[in-house]
Amino acid sequence: MTVREIIDSLHLKIFAGEQGLDNPVEGGYTSDLLSDVMGYADAGRVWITLQTHKNIMAIASLKELAAVLLVKGFEPDEDTKALAGKEGIPILGTTEQAFEISGRLYGLFNP
Amino acid sequence: MLVKADLHIHTFLSPCGDIGMTPLNIVRKAREKALDLIAVTDHNSTLQGPEVFRLGQREGVAVIYGAEITTREEVHCLAYVGTETQRVKLQTYLEQHLPKIPNDPEIFGYQLWVDEQEKVFGEAPYLLISALDQTIDQVETFVHAIGGLFVPAHIERPRNSLLSQLGFVPPGLRTDALELSRRTRPADFLLLHPELKKYEIIQSSDTHYIDDLGAVFTLFEMEKPGFEGLETSLKSIK
Repeated sequence: MTVREIIDSLHLKIFAGEQGLDNPVEGGYTSDLLSDVMGYADAGRVWITLQTHKNIMAIASLKELAAVLLVKGFEPDEDTKALAGKEGIPILGTTEQAFEISGRLYGLFNP
Repeated sequence: MLVKADLHIHTFLSPCGDIGMTPLNIVRKAREKALDLIAVTDHNSTLQGPEVFRLGQREGVAVIYGAEITTREEVHCLAYVGTETQRVKLQTYLEQHLPKIPNDPEIFGYQLWVDEQEKVFGEAPYLLISALDQTIDQVETFVHAIGGLFVPAHIERPRNSLLSQLGFVPPGLRTDALELSRRTRPADFLLLHPELKKYEIIQSSDTHYIDDLGAVFTLFEMEKPGFEGLETSLKSIK
């Protein structure tokens, strides 16, 4: 599955990092502690979070994540968007809360 | 002169602050521990600062107004200011951005600020340990705009710290120093984080109990203990 297919299935918004839309996705990881993601998220995951600080893109790049997905209608800060473009990692959005969108993403991988 | 400073002290106003953390107890304990300079840093409030400042002047301990601010990312950051006018600006900002969640003293503890005789001045109605609706960058910008100092608190702790919430110190964050908790030796920490050697590291007690006041401290070279001395000292190091 690619980031693009997930966007289509879950009706997500794209804020930045469009050049990474064909990144392959292996699954998801939900956490709002950046130290936790840095320690435990595996490569190729879509990271579901409400954090919008630019550090999320640095960590997404470090961990080779497929995309970052912001919940509850949160929007990325301007410098976060700029980094998403530079790193080629899409930053996506949904109005749903983490529980709901995590469940729906899980459902795509475990039908 | 070499100034012995503990710049992270909670009073009874913080819901988690012990009942013994009254203004008079704090300045007397500071004197007993030979501290020249202390800062009052309750969670998201500066309201106990003026009374501690007044008693400090009488008892011979310099007092800086401050607060331990919870940013939207739930990072605890210390803000220090030098004057009553700045303190009022900081207090107004905190009240404007703290969510209006009523405090339940049974669960979280009382949020009272008191005078020398422990007569109650007032009670903070909203839960002070909530996070402001302001990002760490917005808080840093505001604190510097009113002429204050901005110091992320206990950055090595596994919760509510810059490193736990944001993973690493964001490049470009204008921080005047970084604070380590009393549980860590700065030298050990810097061995693990050599990239942070360029920052000024300070250490304070973060105490909620009177006997732990001054349990750790930082020595600063300044002309006279106070906000101006602290500001000059931190800026000269960078």
